[in-house]
Amino acid sequence: MSLIVNHVSYTYNPGTPMERHALKDVNLVINEGEFIGLIGHTGSGKSTLVQHLNGLMSPTSGEIYYNGEDISDPDFPKKKLRSEVGLVFQYPEHQLFEVDVFSDVCFGPKNIGLSKKEAELRAYDALKQVGIDDEYFYQSPFDLSGGQKRRVAIAGVLAMQPKILVLDEPTAGLDPGGRDEILDRLLKIRNDTNCSIVLVSHSMEDVANYADRIVVMNDGSIVYNDVPREVFKHYRELKEMGLSAPQVTLALHRLKEEGFAVDTDAINVSEAADSIGRCFGI
Amino acid sequence: MEIVKTENLTFEYIRRDEEDNVEGITTAVDNVSLSVEPGQFIAILGHNGSGKSTLAKHLNAILYPTEGTVWIDGNDTKDDSKLWTIRETAGMVFQNPDNQIIGQVVEEDVGFGPENMGVPTKEIWERVEESLKVVGMYEYRKSSPNRLSGGQKQRVSIAGVLAMHPKCIVLDEPTAMLDPVGRREVINAVRGLNDVEKITIILITHYMDEIVNADKVFVMDRGHIEMEGTPREIFSQVERLKELRLDVPQVTELAYILRQRGLPIPLGILTIDELTEALKKCR
Repeated sequence: MSLIVNHVSYTYNPGTPMERHALKDVNLVINEGEFIGLIGHTGSGKSTLVQHLNGLMSPTSGEIYYNGEDISDPDFPKKKLRSEVGLVFQYPEHQLFEVDVFSDVCFGPKNIGLSKKEAELRAYDALKQVGIDDEYFYQSPFDLSGGQKRRVAIAGVLAMQPKILVLDEPTAGLDPGGRDEILDRLLKIRNDTNCSIVLVSHSMEDVANYADRIVVMNDGSIVYNDVPREVFKHYRELKEMGLSAPQVTLALHRLKEEGFAVDTDAINVSEAADSIGRCFGI
Repeated sequence: MEIVKTENLTFEYIRRDEEDNVEGITTAVDNVSLSVEPGQFIAILGHNGSGKSTLAKHLNAILYPTEGTVWIDGNDTKDDSKLWTIRETAGMVFQNPDNQIIGQVVEEDVGFGPENMGVPTKEIWERVEESLKVVGMYEYRKSSPNRLSGGQKQRVSIAGVLAMHPKCIVLDEPTAMLDPVGRREVINAVRGLNDVEKITIILITHYMDEIVNADKVFVMDRGHIEMEGTPREIFSQVERLKELRLDVPQVTELAYILRQRGLPIPLGILTIDELTEALKKCR
């Protein structure tokens, strides 16, 4: 499996006074099993890019290749693409609608024409993957807590068994415990099924802790596309784009300016502790 | 006199089935007594479902206690005749800016509150101008709210509350749906209200870095107040906070680990500046 975004541009309202270039010559490769963090401030083009990945939007120019085939080709099976590239929108729990949790998760697989039995098996697996216990299966999804609802909604997309799972801020509004639970589950799902994950996030700490690679968007273009350690070396430029680096990375840069012989590469708390520890010989 | 005071406040949500039979009772707020002095900046932390929002809704009489009492500026919220005084005293800002904006134009939206209170027209316009200037949105007064960013919309919501000249503003996770830039805008506006306008602030949030300047922090768990103190006192207890499914700022955790490894760093480091100063003393 591979997905290639090749010189894609997208213009909203072309030829009118409201014309706006949301994507400008974007190139991106998503490989099998990768965990990618996609960051950028509001209006940087993240959501527009994400909607291109499963053909909800079509490029104004450029192509998107899924396993070597152009998805804009009229003969390309779009329906299959949409089950293989799963999109979890912001606040996905607003899309829950069924009478109980289990039926809600079955809806997607049934809709792509799977038998009732197959759909139910998939729903069962998906609910287990997100850590929803059997006791909740026949409850109304609306009686669950915020974090549980969010996980049920993600299960609805997982039940399609996507090859690429794209999540737009899956932890917004959750408490730190709920956030860690979802991100840990996503990492485990990636490790178990080798699907690719694209995590759209506003939290530098989260992408630093979980992503293999970080893609930074600004003003419709990809400005950085590298491992977290390299991307966060540009903390000054990130700040100018309305983004940041993990707080510990910023702290280490500050210490270095103050004359401490610290290594500023650290992107999480334990690395930072080691870095400062070395400087004090502990 | 306290601006907000609760005594043994308990609130129960009663779940009913289709025939109106009681299915179960959830105690969302359990015997909470707290008091807030005028001009304080109070933060309330707690994981999802810990009772923070239910407590907040008692502070401007959206909910009434099942047991116990809530006084806002000395008025009991159960006293119907004081309802509007209470709602004018304690304004409320919610999480989703799109649910709170009703006007077609920013200044119209901000004017809705005072107009509804029967403020004379001339004074409404003065209040609208003053409120929008305080939150830094005056230049957008003629804009349509749906053309604004999340942080801007949320500041308009705050201006709308401000125009009612409340003594106290309760903000229930006002930054949960915003990006880092929007969060900073809103938090700076809120700090300004407290520092300059001396308005009492009660801020409910999950973001620990937003509360390092608070006068007092309450941590809620299962409807109780679990911890109470200054941010430094609260953040000194890293392990306890983790048990309550909460975070501490990364530098606080970093300082805590370094202290465990033997560096003489004080407990409860809250900012990069404090960490830098503490480490300088270790050299």
